[in-house]
Amino acid sequence: MGTTSAGWTDEQFDAVLARVLRGGVLLSATVVACGGVVFLARHGLQRPEYHVFRGEPGRLRTIRGIISDAMRLGGRGLIQLGLLLLIATPIARVVFSVIGFARQRDWLYVVITLAVLVLLTYSLTNG
Amino acid sequence: MNILEFTLALGLGSLFAGFLGALTGLGGGVVIIPLLVLGFGVDMHYAIGASLVSVIATSSGAAAAYVRDGYSNIRVGMFLEIATTVGALSGAMLATRVPANGLAVVFGFVLMYSAYLSRQRSADSMSRAGTSRLAAALRLDSTYPTVTGLQSYHVQRVPAGFALMYAAGILSGLLGIGSGAVKVLAMDQAMRLPFKVSTTTSNFMIGVTAAASAGIYLHRGYIDPGLAMPVVLGALFGSMKGARVLTAAKARLLRTIFMWVIVVLVLEMLYSGVTGKL
Repeated sequence: MGTTSAGWTDEQFDAVLARVLRGGVLLSATVVACGGVVFLARHGLQRPEYHVFRGEPGRLRTIRGIISDAMRLGGRGLIQLGLLLLIATPIARVVFSVIGFARQRDWLYVVITLAVLVLLTYSLTNG
Repeated sequence: MNILEFTLALGLGSLFAGFLGALTGLGGGVVIIPLLVLGFGVDMHYAIGASLVSVIATSSGAAAAYVRDGYSNIRVGMFLEIATTVGALSGAMLATRVPANGLAVVFGFVLMYSAYLSRQRSADSMSRAGTSRLAAALRLDSTYPTVTGLQSYHVQRVPAGFALMYAAGILSGLLGIGSGAVKVLAMDQAMRLPFKVSTTTSNFMIGVTAAASAGIYLHRGYIDPGLAMPVVLGALFGSMKGARVLTAAKARLLRTIFMWVIVVLVLEMLYSGVTGKL
């Protein structure tokens, strides 16, 4: 099915996508867990306050703010960094799908997958 | 209750959400949102953020296994993602002009009826039907693992499936809930995919849509690290467990679980439609 001797078989393609997903998820979980330990050690005995929506402070909302907070080993910053990795995982999966279809010389699906990538980028930047 | 206890309770709830989400292809929002809003009195904005995070974790955690084992149909997923992403953008634009509450009630009943139809459909017998020309041109036909080895199937009624996926996208943009259910039902009822392929392909797709929304919600300050931490870890481990259970489970049982989760989902939608909460 859609395989050529030069490119990946569908099974190899599946294996690559599975590795991308697993790697992204494990990396994200590790960073989130490290942040969680710091966060709980500092705030574990306080009371949770989520009844009223206040919105996160700027340093936990932007990529630059999150990275600088995580660099200082802030628990919340590390968790948010792990979340950025989690959000990036399905997007990386789409990017690797473009590569995979290109290696299969399946140009129809290269176009379809690129279209999905463009739509994703559009909704991320215009949301 | 202090943060430590709260984290533990939420982590256990998320474990269950990830498990159920991976089994049904619906993501974890059906469990996470009522747990946070009704159970812990968390503000809806934070709950939506946490729910999106749980959907990405469930989708990616289970998809690694489903893709590797050949359950998810990647071509079907990619092709239909065009419809869902365009639909989600349309839904976001319509959001200010449509009475979302009334829509939630109507949609709830439609969903209940489709789930009932899905339960009625006997074992995946329809998959023996012939090849559709469009499915052949798009190379959608494939195989999936069963107890008796690889089983091939043909994809039917591609345009109807594509249209339903567009509707699923609009709903996710408008209501933020229930789009996974439309995805599974569109693949199951319209395109006649085997049930396990429908749920695992839906599971594979929902991560991408949720990632786009989560990026926006993170930027708007809806995603709180204290809530997201137990949700991510719980949903991830739950979804990996769920993926292992799906492999061995009978399609009939999965359909039954799916229908009951839909019933709960519909009750939530009716509740939110009537009270304006959730």
